[in-house]
Amino acid sequence: MATAQAGLWKRHEVFEKNSIILLLGALLVVAIGGLVEITPLFYLKSTVETVEGVRPYTPLELAGRNIYIREGCYLCHSQMIRPMRDEVERYGHFSLAAESMYDHPFQWGSKRTGPDLARVGGKYSDQWHREHLKDPRAVVPASIMPAYAFLDRPIDADAIADDLKANRALGVPYTDEMVALARSDLKAQLDPDGPATADLQRRYPGVSVRDFGGDKARIAEIDALVAYLQVLGTMVDFKIYEDKKNLR
Amino acid sequence: MAATPTSATPTSKYMTEGEVGLGVALMVGALLCALASARAVDAPFSIHMAVFALAALAGLVTILRRYGARPAAPPRQEIDGKPNYNLGPIKFATVAAMAWGIAGFSVGCIIAFQLWAPSLNLGLEYTSFGRLRPLHTSAVIFAFGGNVLIGTSFYVVQRTCRARLAGELAPWFVVLGYNLFIVVAGTGYLMGVTQSKEYAEPEWYADLWLTVVWVTYLLVFLATLRKRTEPHIFVANWFYLAFIVTIAMLHIVNNLAMPVSFLGSKSYPMFAGVQDALIQWWYGHNAVGFFLTAGFLAIMYYFVPKRAERPIYSYRLSIIHFWALIFMYIWAGPHHLHYTALPDWAQTLGMTFSIMLWMPSWGGMINGLMTLSGAWDKLRTDPVLRFMVVSLAFYGMATFEGPMMAIKAVNSLSHYTDWTIGHVHSGALGWVAYISFGALYCLVPWLWNRRELYSLKLVEWHFWISTLGIVLYITSMWVAGIMQGLMWRAYNALGFLEYSFVETVEAMQPYYLVRALGGVLFLTGALIMAYNLAMTIAGKTAAESDPLPADGALPGTAGLAPAE
Repeated sequence: MATAQAGLWKRHEVFEKNSIILLLGALLVVAIGGLVEITPLFYLKSTVETVEGVRPYTPLELAGRNIYIREGCYLCHSQMIRPMRDEVERYGHFSLAAESMYDHPFQWGSKRTGPDLARVGGKYSDQWHREHLKDPRAVVPASIMPAYAFLDRPIDADAIADDLKANRALGVPYTDEMVALARSDLKAQLDPDGPATADLQRRYPGVSVRDFGGDKARIAEIDALVAYLQVLGTMVDFKIYEDKKNLR
Repeated sequence: MAATPTSATPTSKYMTEGEVGLGVALMVGALLCALASARAVDAPFSIHMAVFALAALAGLVTILRRYGARPAAPPRQEIDGKPNYNLGPIKFATVAAMAWGIAGFSVGCIIAFQLWAPSLNLGLEYTSFGRLRPLHTSAVIFAFGGNVLIGTSFYVVQRTCRARLAGELAPWFVVLGYNLFIVVAGTGYLMGVTQSKEYAEPEWYADLWLTVVWVTYLLVFLATLRKRTEPHIFVANWFYLAFIVTIAMLHIVNNLAMPVSFLGSKSYPMFAGVQDALIQWWYGHNAVGFFLTAGFLAIMYYFVPKRAERPIYSYRLSIIHFWALIFMYIWAGPHHLHYTALPDWAQTLGMTFSIMLWMPSWGGMINGLMTLSGAWDKLRTDPVLRFMVVSLAFYGMATFEGPMMAIKAVNSLSHYTDWTIGHVHSGALGWVAYISFGALYCLVPWLWNRRELYSLKLVEWHFWISTLGIVLYITSMWVAGIMQGLMWRAYNALGFLEYSFVETVEAMQPYYLVRALGGVLFLTGALIMAYNLAMTIAGKTAAESDPLPADGALPGTAGLAPAE
């Protein structure tokens, strides 16, 4: 077959006449790009900066994050501040890879129908968040966000320890103590006068302990969601962060 | 010819290995799912396991009833020297595609109006934008597009191989199993079951099910290729094969996850942060590249030449086009992550390949358009061919716009804005949906053995109404997106940011309305199409005052077209 006159085009027949070779050829060709681009992210040390302060989410924050995911908040709100002048001015220091290194899955988003939330933590009061989630237009008249009044129902987080375990299996550094005390930690974060506050702050440095939902009588989904929103972007202290140390 | 089982002598009837094997598997599956449903830790998981159990039972009953009704001998591979094509699963996929298409377009219209009037969210969790949006994207991409792809691929691979589809139950398993996945995914979104990866939202158990279905799809396709009686594998099948195998790879890697409980719906994806982001957009961009491009290019390579009655413009161009496209597409994912915490080298690499991708994309467009050489006059008389040609024009436009938006400087303006939404829809409505409409308009008369469509005049109406809809959609999103990007970065004379965020939201309102109205026009066109196809299947012909082609015989619509 392969005579001198059989040029390059003729050689392509090997793919056209053999389905398995065609299949393997296609698979090889489509595998290359991903391998070259993705694998280095797992071993190049410069991919994720070394910073202080980034810790795993508390059980309450994790439960809130799951509500954020469940309601599809990421479809309208990004959590990724780009290093442009206007973004840094509007939202704060540009986002570091390290700030989402425990995020399974990442929540960087792809669309800003609403503003970026990467550093929304501490920007508004808990009460503002509660009222805004209940009826966005009561607080921001031109907002087009859906109302989330139904979040005042009790949270279903009895099995939150299993969530911590699943995250630990994937590499998030939850200790045995954190897993064992997950359920009580979830409640403790809402009760600043409780006996466990100091312990909680030792396990999760910098954690805010207060009644996020505004109703001590119940633990609602809104408690968890506001706790999550209030921690966003607050873990790294940019007053002491040295970006020179992380020059790539 | 090939070994043809003859049914000359009446044999005693027995169940095939496939019937026994699948029957037992469904029985076991039904039991396990029923058990899981009873012991589930959350309500959505319980509901979904019940759905799976019922579907398995229904499958079991169908197999038994089918066995009772079928003749003892298996279906013949050939009748009178012609392949005995298996059209049943294709008919199902065709009808499913049309139904899901209308559902997906409708949800799109609803969420478009929600952005204009937020009270339309109704304050209910099940009807809020965040839960309906994945329902819209999955319904149009995977339910509408997926059924078009599975249906056409099963048709094209049989015709171009001159061989009956491999397996008897397997093709049905693929079609029905895939639609079951759609039902589970869609109802899951409404109940808040999502892993939040765009276009890969379904949770672990739905992903596992899709993996089983998809591998079966690959095997059916491959086995049909292997029993072909044509020496060459036709170019459309290269694209179908690359689409099927690449989607399998992307789906499996991007959906690796750790379930919190094997009796619950929640899982945590295996990767985190920056690695998760790149894997997600490696998947996400190639869902565009392989699901929405390679698969639909396969449709182009079969249906455009067929309808135009012209050979493909250049065989050599199709070879270059194929390998260059599948090689380069995979690299383009990082352009979704420009200026993020993804390392610069990866962003630059993604941008470079995105720009290079312009060339193979236009190579495909040129190959499709030039196929009309000598047949351009048909555009005047054949609205079905016009759908396909306009789809190629939109493909060319979207594959120019895409590389342009992948340039970092452009992306700094366009990213996070509605420009992206407009770009996606010029590809999705203009290219994917239009080539699908063209293929379905061809396929329905062929499958149901009708001489031609019920009404070509209605196809004309569909074409012009939906084209107007697309134009409204794209132009409003261009204006909205660019305006949004410029307002975000605007500074006043004193050096302060000129606009608060909510002012930029307010500025979008008129464009969101125009976009929603464009969507309504597009949906209206699809409803006209559904009516037209239903009447065609019913065997009716509209009494039209001026039938478009004078000679009456439309190209490519003859009932049993000879094999290629």
